[in-house]
Amino acid sequence: MIGGLFIYNHKGEVLISRVYRDDIGRNAVDAFRVNVIHARQQVRSPVTNIARTSFFHVKRSNIWLAAVTKQNVNAAMVFEFLYKMCDVMAAYFGKISEENIKNNFVLIYELLDEILDFGYPQNSETGALKTFITQQGIKGQHQTKEEQSQITSQVTGQIGWRREGIKYRRNELFLDVLESVNLLMSPQGQVLSAHVSGRVVMKSYLSGMPECKFGMNDKIVIDKQGKGGANDEAGKSGKQSIAIDDCTFHQCVRLSKFDSERSISFIPPDGEYELMRYRTTKDIILPFRVIPLVREVGRTKLEVKVVIKSNFKPSLLAQKIEVRIPTPLNTSGVQVICMKGKAKYKASENAIVWKIKRMAGMKESQISAEIELLPTNDKKKWARPPISMNFEVPFAPSGLKVRYLKVFESKLNYSDHDVIKWVRYIGRSGIYETRC
Amino acid sequence: MEWASQLCENRGLGSKMTDSKYFTTTKKGEIFELKAELNSDKKEKKKEAVKKVIASMTVGKDVSALFPDVVNCMQTDNLELKKLVYLYLMNYAKSQPDMAIMAVNTFVKDCEDPNPLIRALAVRTMGCIRVDKITEYLCEPLRKCLKDEDPYVRKTAAVCVAKLHDINAQLVEDQGFLDTLKDLISDSNPMVVANAVAALSEIAESHPNSNLLDLNPQTINKLLTALNECTEWGQIFILDCLANYTPRDDRESQSICERVTPRLSHANSAVVLSAVKVLMKFMEMLPKDLDYYGTLLKKLAPPLVTLLSAEPELQYVALRNINLIVQKRPEILKHEMKVFFVKYNDPIYVKLEKLDIMIRLASQANIAQVLAELKEYATEVDVDFVRKAVRAIGRCAIKVEQSAERCVSTLLDLIQTKVNYVVQEAIVVIKDIFRKYPNKYESVIATLCENLDSLDEPEARAAMIWIVGEYAERIDNADELLESFLEGFHDESTQVQLQLLTAIVKLFLKKPTETQELVQQVLSLATQDSDNPDLRDRGYIYWRLLSTDPVAAKEVVLAEKPLISEETDLIEPTLLEELICHIGTLASVYHKPPSAFVEGSRGVQHKRLPARAGSGESTESPDVGQSVSGVSDAPPAVIPSQGDLLGDLLNLDLTPPTTNVPPVPSSMQMGAMDLLGGGLDSLLGGDLGGSPAMGVGLGAAPVSMPVGLGAAPPVGGNLDDLFDLGGGVGMTSGSYVPAKVVWLPAMKAKGLEISGTFARRSGVIQMELSLTNKAMSVMTDFAIQFNKNSFGLAPAGPLQVLTPLSPNQTVEVSLPLGTSGPIMKMDPLNNLQVAVKNNIDVFYFSCQYPVTLLFVEDGKMDRQVFLATWKDIPSDNEAQFQIKDCHLSSDAASSKLQGSNIFTVAKRTVEAQDMLYQSIKLTNGIWVLAELRIQTGNPNYTLSVRCRAPEVSQYVSQCFELILKN
Repeated sequence: MIGGLFIYNHKGEVLISRVYRDDIGRNAVDAFRVNVIHARQQVRSPVTNIARTSFFHVKRSNIWLAAVTKQNVNAAMVFEFLYKMCDVMAAYFGKISEENIKNNFVLIYELLDEILDFGYPQNSETGALKTFITQQGIKGQHQTKEEQSQITSQVTGQIGWRREGIKYRRNELFLDVLESVNLLMSPQGQVLSAHVSGRVVMKSYLSGMPECKFGMNDKIVIDKQGKGGANDEAGKSGKQSIAIDDCTFHQCVRLSKFDSERSISFIPPDGEYELMRYRTTKDIILPFRVIPLVREVGRTKLEVKVVIKSNFKPSLLAQKIEVRIPTPLNTSGVQVICMKGKAKYKASENAIVWKIKRMAGMKESQISAEIELLPTNDKKKWARPPISMNFEVPFAPSGLKVRYLKVFESKLNYSDHDVIKWVRYIGRSGIYETRC
Repeated sequence: MEWASQLCENRGLGSKMTDSKYFTTTKKGEIFELKAELNSDKKEKKKEAVKKVIASMTVGKDVSALFPDVVNCMQTDNLELKKLVYLYLMNYAKSQPDMAIMAVNTFVKDCEDPNPLIRALAVRTMGCIRVDKITEYLCEPLRKCLKDEDPYVRKTAAVCVAKLHDINAQLVEDQGFLDTLKDLISDSNPMVVANAVAALSEIAESHPNSNLLDLNPQTINKLLTALNECTEWGQIFILDCLANYTPRDDRESQSICERVTPRLSHANSAVVLSAVKVLMKFMEMLPKDLDYYGTLLKKLAPPLVTLLSAEPELQYVALRNINLIVQKRPEILKHEMKVFFVKYNDPIYVKLEKLDIMIRLASQANIAQVLAELKEYATEVDVDFVRKAVRAIGRCAIKVEQSAERCVSTLLDLIQTKVNYVVQEAIVVIKDIFRKYPNKYESVIATLCENLDSLDEPEARAAMIWIVGEYAERIDNADELLESFLEGFHDESTQVQLQLLTAIVKLFLKKPTETQELVQQVLSLATQDSDNPDLRDRGYIYWRLLSTDPVAAKEVVLAEKPLISEETDLIEPTLLEELICHIGTLASVYHKPPSAFVEGSRGVQHKRLPARAGSGESTESPDVGQSVSGVSDAPPAVIPSQGDLLGDLLNLDLTPPTTNVPPVPSSMQMGAMDLLGGGLDSLLGGDLGGSPAMGVGLGAAPVSMPVGLGAAPPVGGNLDDLFDLGGGVGMTSGSYVPAKVVWLPAMKAKGLEISGTFARRSGVIQMELSLTNKAMSVMTDFAIQFNKNSFGLAPAGPLQVLTPLSPNQTVEVSLPLGTSGPIMKMDPLNNLQVAVKNNIDVFYFSCQYPVTLLFVEDGKMDRQVFLATWKDIPSDNEAQFQIKDCHLSSDAASSKLQGSNIFTVAKRTVEAQDMLYQSIKLTNGIWVLAELRIQTGNPNYTLSVRCRAPEVSQYVSQCFELILKN
């Protein structure tokens, strides 16, 4: 299990050091600093073995978090824990920065004591932790016996992510379908790989312990229903259903029920959380097509022309469009002409950045650039990194649709109809690259 | 503390008061100030002071002097303050055990507190105070807490048992805590169950055979129920524990799999990987014709692919595991090639791992795409990545025959870029392509030769030399090319030297007329001017082959080569099997068994996959063995990449010899080392059939053993013949080697056992050692030193133990010795005092070497000189010895002695009595003359020895006796 946990600033100074196991000495703190933080070369692995001690690290801005062990621990668990640790800290005091960590070091020690016992991760749901780790100190004394046992049963219980007795005047929930669409395309326009990784993020403000059921146009579910009812409606919607390659759920979702019936039922945490993640690879709507044309004119000049085409309903608007065209390291000057938006050569980033605020569907725009090069002796040809693109569109490129989200709360007197529900779709670019 | 002082200034400027201010106390005398504050009456002030103390502790300052003052603050109602004090206690209790006792009362009291949070806090902290005296007081409160009404306290107490066990295992057993812990597996609260499982699993690891985690269908059922209800971490503990269970039959196996599969949709990657581990393991037991088996295989792919959209660190862990899974069950991911395409912005560690998997998944169906990708990668920036991509193109050519041509032309394009490392890497892989498809792509040799000058890496140079030697008949100026390498022969690495030697011999066998001079030159360079035993041995073998039977030489050196394997770097099947049982853990990330990196007894147990039980096969049937040991659909032959002695000798060009192994910690290497050890033993012992290690070696390269050696079954015997042959020609190598004896028993050396012997091989004195680790922990950093001794023996190189020595492992090392060390006369004369060091300690022992070691090869004296010297040495110096019970003829005795550099100068027969006059020269230049009288029919020989240093005589006579009688 995890033997110790250290947090360092960018210089390698220790901000937090908590040792859980006797086999981890103080010198481990220095070993990591010397061998990883101050190492000369780039980090070649997130797991480092120094003198029979293994170090796992992640970085958040310029803060290093390192978990140390001398045993054959579950490596995936250690990283999951480190991410979780970051989430918990962020939930308590915002951004993970040196200043915030120093300002909250007592809190961090208290959290570390609670969520890691002898190196075993314990309940780390912020919802539960916030009920008793408050930095108010006094809270423990003024609680009634009932309150105390409520806390402990929540921390250890089956529904560790939600406390009882939540009350809202207005029962409301927000569903965001956030997708990032990833593409790698050859210069000839052939799709080398494409996938959508999506998340359903839910913000729930519901009273009591509501039982929820979430439905979407999952091909397997729709097909099953189609077979049973065989009516027109199923046939119609069957066309719009999507094939989900794989999905994972927040721990509130009853996985065995999903496995057997493919229904998504759960008691949601209060507030914002991620209900599910999914991945699709079939029938993806690629919102933009990038057509590059790079021509080398002699040894000192490049001509680049890039056309982008939007490929969605004309009534929809894409936003925050940015096209990044890499330039060689020996670029001496660039002239750009674009039909729409603004384009600039950024020498520090070795790229031409072309920004367009808005663009409707089924439109086309073009940029052309002349790149002057300094002559070099470098024998190696320029590697031509791919042209990448960023954008945001108001639909789900995977085609996912929310069909329903039903809320049942038997003890309190509100019904599914009384809940105000909001659904929003946002598609963003993930790694959206076209080779040139 | 730089930042601390900066903050100090900030405070001066009136920034808001926050906890960071506690980091600012850097003034002198702060300890006194803190002491005063800690003893203050005001609660707030106390709390502030404790915070300052903790801040100092964090940055590594010693604040242990404040121990009594801090402990005094413990009696408080303020939970926050209490936690801080506890934090301090955990850090310093060990250094102040007596004062730590002061805290006991508060702990005991807190364990009775009405607030469950405080009870749990007390029991949690008490377990972290590693002071023996305290543990006694801990037992009662712990017992109560294990049965507490509140689940939060119980789950904390469960972990506390593991803590206590770590401090005092006996106490935990005596107090019966283990039974209580077992009871908690049936607790109503899922988190208590999970923590109890975690604690028991860890305790069980240090008691391999305790049967502590008595897993039976009932407990398994309880665990599976808890699995649905507990936290993500608890699910991991339970799944990892489940993976240790072996179901009774395929039915139970299937029902567990069915209940574990829903976990594959969990958002936590570690839950998913642990579930994959359970499924991969239990799948072994399912009959393959079962529908469910196929369903399960299909269910495994999507979650594995999903892992690749996690954060990069997790992707890395996932990829290392997928690498194992793909080797074990290639069918799972065979259609998922695209997801392993490298993204431009992937961190380098993710890129390299993806590339590895791409090669493994490459097949005829997807080769076009793969090749296009690889070509793209070969133009990237990172040198390691580019090299690996180039190498991958070569692997594709070897794996998928249809693509070979395209791969070769891609490689040629890359060579045209003239980027140094790309060219070198390309040449290395083209060599393998030549091996795989002989007489197909040789047209490119000309292009390769153009780049000869730019090669500066040994591997590339060796590859190029191999190509020149192999195709010497087609390269007009092959002799010139090879000659150019010969100039700097001694500056080359061993790999290149060996390759050059072989290439020139090949060239000579192909074009004998023009290259005689060249071959003589290289043979003399290799045999006379080199210190490297491998090189010299190979040189001698060639020399002898060429001088005795050129036809045989041709058959051996130009023999048809065995096919090379399609896969590289495959993990050896038993290791792979073990690693599959460790999916998700560090072992699977390092691709090493836990025993290789975990100290002590933990993780020493080797895990194995269960055997398939179904379809009426008995467990002993050979089929089962096969399905366990490899991918049964298409078992890939694993050619050990290093250490195949035979292959190396005969230049089968597998890979460089072990001396050049790069320090990359690859598990393959470790497997290969074992092979080498075993293989060598059986080779020299001439015992082939019974040795399992050799069996593996042979099984791995079964195709066509070169005629010269492979035709007759006793390979070892043939090699012996070779050596004997050497004796006849006049180059000794087979001198008498006594059996190994134990020099240093394990008891005296903290578990390190050393046995050894001495040998003189081809003029090199070698100390042959077997190091055995009989301790529980791994040994590393071996070194050896000799005390001054009579003949100045000293190690000629470092003690080469390349990999750490794991418990119960033995490594064979042969240490070349020189004779130019410091000299001191010892008693007995041949006594040698040795010091061996490892990571644990330094150990001393002494041993005695046979003086034959010191008999040099040029010890044959001219007859006349012999006569003169014999007379010159005063007869007082003559010593006479009887050698009894010897039944050799005088000729047999003579040749036997000659094997150990005792040379017969003349022989005289007088009245049925043979008199052999013999000369010996020692390393320090002392001559020993002997007369050996052998009477026909009399088993007792008489030996007279004359030497200017008469003290040697006795030892020489012992040598005679030893040699003649063995």
